[in-house]
Amino acid sequence: MPEIKVTPLGAGQDVGRSCILVSIAGKNVMLDCGMHMGYNDDRRFPDFSYITQNGRLTDFLDCVIISHFHLDHCGALPYFSEMVGYDGPIYMTHPTKAICPILLEDYRKITVDKKGETNFFTSQMIKDCMKKVVAVHLHQTVQVDDELEIKAYYAGHVLGAAMFQIKVGSESAVYTGDYNMTPDRHLGAAWIDKCRPNLLITESTYATTIRDSKRCRERDFLKKVHETVERGGKVLIPVFALGRAQELCILLETFWERMNLKAPIYFSTGLTEKANHYYKLFITWTNQKIRKTFVQRNMFEFKHIKAFDRAFADNPGPMVVFATPGMLHAGQSLQIFRKWAGNEKNMVIMPGYCVQGTVGHKILSGQRKLEMEGRQILEVKMQVEYMSFSAHADAKGIMQLVRQAEPDNVLLVHGEAKKMEFLKQKIEQEFHVNCYMPANGETVTLLTHPNIPVGISLGLLKREMALGLLPDAKRPKLMHGTLIMKDNNFRLVSSEQALKELGLAEHQLRFTCRVHIHDTRKEQETVLRVYSHLKSVLKAHSVQHLPDGSVMVESILIQATAHSEDPGTKVLLVSWTYQDEELGSYLTSLLKKGLPQAPS
Amino acid sequence: MAAHLKKRVYEEFTKVVQQQHEEIASKKLRLTKPSKSAALHIDLCKATSPADALQYLLQFARKPVEAESVEGVVRILLEHYYKWSGTDPSTSLRYTCSGKSKTDQYPKYKENDASVRLKIASLLGLLSKTAGFSPDCIMDDAINTLQNEKSHQVLAQLLDTLLAIGTKLPENPAVQARLIDVACKHLTDTSHGVRNKCLQLLGNLGSLEKNVAKDTEGLATKDVQKIIGDYFVDQDPRVRTAAIKAMLQLHERGLKLHQTIYNQACRLLSDDYEQVRSAAVQLIWVLSQLYPESIVPIPSSNEEIRLVDDAFGKICHMVSDGSWVVRVQAAKLLGSMGQVSSHFLEQTLDKKLMSDLRRKRTAHERAKELYSSGEFSSGRKWGDDAPKEEIDTGAVNLIESGACGAFVHGLEDEMYEVRIAAVEALCMLAQSSPSFAEKCLDFLVDMFNDEIEEVRLQSIHTMRKISNNITLREDQLDTVLAVLEDSSRDIREALHELLCYTNVSTKEGIHLALVELLKNLAKYPTDRESIWKCLKFLGGRHPTLVLPLVPDLLSTHPFFDTAEPDMDDPAYIAVLVLIFNAAETCPTMPALFSDHTFRHYAYLRDSLSHLVPALRLPGRKLLSSPVSPSITPHEDPSQQFLQQSLERVYNLQHLDPQGTQELLQFTIRDLQRLGELQSDLAGVADFSATYLRCQLLLIKALQEKLWNMAAPLYLKQSDMASAAAKQILEETYKMEFMYSGVESRQVVIIHHMRLQAKALQLIVTARTTRGMEPLFGMCEKFLQEVDLFQRCFITELPHLQDSFVDKLLDLMPRLMTSKPSEVVKILQATLRQSTFLHLPLPEQIHRATATIIEPAGESDNPLRFTSGLVVALDVDATLEHVQDPQTIVKVQVLYPDGQAQIIHPKPSDFRNPGPGRHRLITQVYLSHGAWTEPCQIEVRLLLAYDSSTRISRAACLDGAEALPLVENSIEGTIPFSKPVKVYIMPKPARR
Repeated sequence: MPEIKVTPLGAGQDVGRSCILVSIAGKNVMLDCGMHMGYNDDRRFPDFSYITQNGRLTDFLDCVIISHFHLDHCGALPYFSEMVGYDGPIYMTHPTKAICPILLEDYRKITVDKKGETNFFTSQMIKDCMKKVVAVHLHQTVQVDDELEIKAYYAGHVLGAAMFQIKVGSESAVYTGDYNMTPDRHLGAAWIDKCRPNLLITESTYATTIRDSKRCRERDFLKKVHETVERGGKVLIPVFALGRAQELCILLETFWERMNLKAPIYFSTGLTEKANHYYKLFITWTNQKIRKTFVQRNMFEFKHIKAFDRAFADNPGPMVVFATPGMLHAGQSLQIFRKWAGNEKNMVIMPGYCVQGTVGHKILSGQRKLEMEGRQILEVKMQVEYMSFSAHADAKGIMQLVRQAEPDNVLLVHGEAKKMEFLKQKIEQEFHVNCYMPANGETVTLLTHPNIPVGISLGLLKREMALGLLPDAKRPKLMHGTLIMKDNNFRLVSSEQALKELGLAEHQLRFTCRVHIHDTRKEQETVLRVYSHLKSVLKAHSVQHLPDGSVMVESILIQATAHSEDPGTKVLLVSWTYQDEELGSYLTSLLKKGLPQAPS
Repeated sequence: MAAHLKKRVYEEFTKVVQQQHEEIASKKLRLTKPSKSAALHIDLCKATSPADALQYLLQFARKPVEAESVEGVVRILLEHYYKWSGTDPSTSLRYTCSGKSKTDQYPKYKENDASVRLKIASLLGLLSKTAGFSPDCIMDDAINTLQNEKSHQVLAQLLDTLLAIGTKLPENPAVQARLIDVACKHLTDTSHGVRNKCLQLLGNLGSLEKNVAKDTEGLATKDVQKIIGDYFVDQDPRVRTAAIKAMLQLHERGLKLHQTIYNQACRLLSDDYEQVRSAAVQLIWVLSQLYPESIVPIPSSNEEIRLVDDAFGKICHMVSDGSWVVRVQAAKLLGSMGQVSSHFLEQTLDKKLMSDLRRKRTAHERAKELYSSGEFSSGRKWGDDAPKEEIDTGAVNLIESGACGAFVHGLEDEMYEVRIAAVEALCMLAQSSPSFAEKCLDFLVDMFNDEIEEVRLQSIHTMRKISNNITLREDQLDTVLAVLEDSSRDIREALHELLCYTNVSTKEGIHLALVELLKNLAKYPTDRESIWKCLKFLGGRHPTLVLPLVPDLLSTHPFFDTAEPDMDDPAYIAVLVLIFNAAETCPTMPALFSDHTFRHYAYLRDSLSHLVPALRLPGRKLLSSPVSPSITPHEDPSQQFLQQSLERVYNLQHLDPQGTQELLQFTIRDLQRLGELQSDLAGVADFSATYLRCQLLLIKALQEKLWNMAAPLYLKQSDMASAAAKQILEETYKMEFMYSGVESRQVVIIHHMRLQAKALQLIVTARTTRGMEPLFGMCEKFLQEVDLFQRCFITELPHLQDSFVDKLLDLMPRLMTSKPSEVVKILQATLRQSTFLHLPLPEQIHRATATIIEPAGESDNPLRFTSGLVVALDVDATLEHVQDPQTIVKVQVLYPDGQAQIIHPKPSDFRNPGPGRHRLITQVYLSHGAWTEPCQIEVRLLLAYDSSTRISRAACLDGAEALPLVENSIEGTIPFSKPVKVYIMPKPARR
């Protein structure tokens, strides 16, 4: 039996180092190649030895697909392609291809230069790896080889994030990567057509959450910033360089524009400038509003947001500063935080989750006195706010996507096991499809029922179509013909042609049946009664009364004779060919019920 | 008179004859019947290839065909149709064309002749639509051709033709039945195009009453609905769509659709193609309106619900469809499902939140709770929104079949089209259900922060429409008021409008609103009027809430006198407007006022009477209001004053000239002042004042000494009289075109005044020019105008007893024959003797006004641009009482060198925020050569007029025939806004 096999090397009942192997109709595809944030040892990368112990990976994989530029989806790519060794094609969208190397380089710098690790991939390796990348457009069908084709769909989440459909023949699977079903200030919502794949592999980060409307969140955020700025306070927003930062920038930028505010907004430089450049370029990947207005003004060309300089932090008066990193654990954001923490007019807004142990986590949990390095005690008087801006689909969003794609099976990855359990149950209950949630290294095997193409001649098709008068949608339809299996293909031809091709003579098979009817009248009259009865019942068929005293229904012959022994019983002789079996048997059963008691 | 008439008749005669001559000639060329069809015939015969023939047909299609020759043309077309099809040579008629035999034509064309037949078929359709032509005679031919046709495209086109024929003959059941028969026969065609057309035909012609068809035996009654319904499951999505559309067409034609279709339609909602789903949503909506109360079972349970509720749920489901076209469609239709039960309606706003499987309250619920618990600020803690109780996993339904959260989704949609549709739907539903209005408030308020201005504006408008049903909570008001700082004037004004109608629940709310409005005022001083108006209503609606705030607002102190605020401060005026309007219905409030407040009241009542109501003030303060209680309220004193002063003027007939002039001057002054004070009487007052000014000018001009002296001596002084004449002319145009609501009675008087001015002009010219030649022309022109006046206003003449024109018409025969000098003399005498006409006042009259808001004209920074290139200047103006501003309002730019430029704004630049009000937001492109230093240009708005339109309209009203007015029409412009100066600086281009 044909089957699809899925083995997660990472992200199976877990978040981080997404890496899923799919073999579908003999083709092996690797989906994503990420690293794990939580580990610094071998566990941070997927275990590629699962694929092969020794030997090039190229021989075992047909292609690699990267869904978006987050490191937990692409972080292991140079390691995989250059250090383990893979020379086949790597597919990603254009924005991902553009931004991915920046992040990889940053990641490399932190690991090698700051933490001093050796045996890590080099800048050259990143470059070499990116040379193997093939960029794809949205909705473009890319033929990887003769049989395997892939197609990208818009996924929201971050710039350039895509869902991929992998298709071999009539078997297909969809991998969502990370996606977002509600649009935000700079990206649209994920969308997929009714592609009805055999398998949908979806992320499930928020499997057990239904989120509030984003408008409340945005409004709260803006209101807090606005109030602080009006009071003359300073607002610090620690962010990571890419993704949410751009959304918040747009949000503040438009708000400043609308409300005619004058307070300066700064963005700490570095990565962001490069990234913003790409955001400006890939306008087609953003949301409706930005796409429609970029001719007048590109929304990413910020009017109010300027580059930050270290010296600005001491400037008097209100200001808003976006600074990296997002959890206040090091770098510029922490420096600014220390400067501003003492003033109760100021505010820090944490737009995302903070890992335990970071300054961000401490202040969010209400700690007001922080011990900094050098035994200094920092008293936090500034206000601390938490706003959750996240770009993953919530439980409803996931269900909505499943509904849109109409898959036969669903497989959950990129989430916690406990939460997946709930969603799995829901999906099975509401869509009546199988749902799987394999752990890392666990293989799921699905049976598929692929279609087998059969050639049919147009003449036969038209002839058979003409038989049914009413239109019929894509329902199965009964056809008469002969199936010929020859030269490794199937053909459906009319029986005459089959006979001709095979050089056989035609045999006729005829059924004859006798029906006894109790009727005292003469034969002719019985025939007439039968005729009128059939005429009234079988309106859709042609019923004829022939001059020789028999009745023809289509090609079925009915004759009446008197019973040799009992003159009160008439014997109806019904005769039909094998082709008319359906009608013939219906007719006999009809006649067996007897004739209606006609008034005359 | 007779001579004049003779002259006129002669003139008309010559003109008309010439014109007719030309017209006949042109008609002959184009439209004569035999030439038309014959020409076509010859052309088609000449055609040697399908391309040629197609060309001829295309040319032919561009010209109109008159009704009587249609049939002939159709015959020829059909004949050629057979020729091109090559299927039926027996029907071909004799060909008149020579040289080519048929046999050598056929093989050549046979391959690709379908295009020609297609064109012929489409021509048949076009022709049968010709007005006045009854197409039943060509129906048989069309049907016959249909039977022999093989090409699907041509078939479809022929069916289209039949549709055209069928729609032309709606009263003929036999034809309809026959056409339906044809349609049914071709329904099984393999081409989707043909099936589409057949369904269209069925939809448009399917019989309305089945009983009628039953009478005609043999033809079994065709249940059109059943036939169409069968095609809901066609394999081609286009045919499915056509089938649904046909069904909708049947509905539109008044046929009652069967309820059985409902289930079929529901199945179509999950179709793969968006156009099918979109049409299916419509069909479901139609059915839900037809059978709202029928009961349908809920699948997979034993319960049953009303059909309209079921349909509502289904359409709600489509709000989260994959295609935005369907989403828009669904969201729009939701609004018009008023019969749905409130239980379902309220579900649309419901979205159960959870986090890690624990129930979480929405921000809306939290806000509400905070509010009701008395806490003011929202919690500033992490985990404020921490999830509360555990949820039973089994009970959570992630995809509801019902209406759950439809609007929550719709309002968050990616496409703003969907969001707007959802907001509109919310509006309509909330208008019909107060409880729903209360519930949807939070969501509407949220929409005030949408990223697209259009959506924000729409939601503000929606909120205003439902504001009768709602009371804003404080936290909601807070969000609403935050939008007051929006930089878009549209938004702010819409919000002011909304606040006018809003109910606020607490005194803190009122205070908050006032504070925010004052902030708004400080930030955008141009919003002054709008904010005052808003506070007027806010005060009037909430007197009891304002009362406790009064001491605070006026900053009065129980023991100490506080400093008197600055009376010209717009913010202080705003506060006073709020308080005074609240005091109108709250008699205890004035007791809290301090002395200067009463003084300020008197001042404001006078200067801003439209914002400050008359207050009943206790004791001695009564003297501030001159209104004595004896006057009945409906007799407005200012109205009376207006009438009296006008009557006084009209009554004077033979006063000494000096006295008349003085009285007129006083009255004009009074009227102008009245207009300033009473905005509702401004139109009338201005209108009358203008008229009186004209009269004054006329009297003054006639009082000139110039008339008493010999002509040659007064060249210099005559300036005054001719200037007066010119001014009167201008004023009359203003009166005629700047006021809305002017009726024909006034138009007569205005024209009469204009005639007088023209007479004056003529006299002055006669006195000041030497030689008779120019006078001949002028006299003749003047007499023509008198004549025109007579013809246009023949019905009004009886009202003009004893007037200038009345006398003039009496003297007409003499005037026609006499020399110009004599004419002038007669005119002079008549002008002096004629009396002053009484100007009846219309019911409603408003002066068109315009205020340019932007450019403000205060900037010291010149607008710099490179000379020779173009700079765009944003112009923003409000127009009041301008009818049809798209055609008549122009922008004029005056450069310092005297060069003037008139710009026609695009029709889309005008918006209509309210009745009688328009807003012009446009861009004016400036350009000029290089200047050495910056200089100011003037921008103003003009009202363009065309005198012919008004006269011909008047003429039409009077039932007279259209007059040859072309030479009389005067087009001009009236400036109707204050000019604004803009500082610009074209720099020389750098090389």
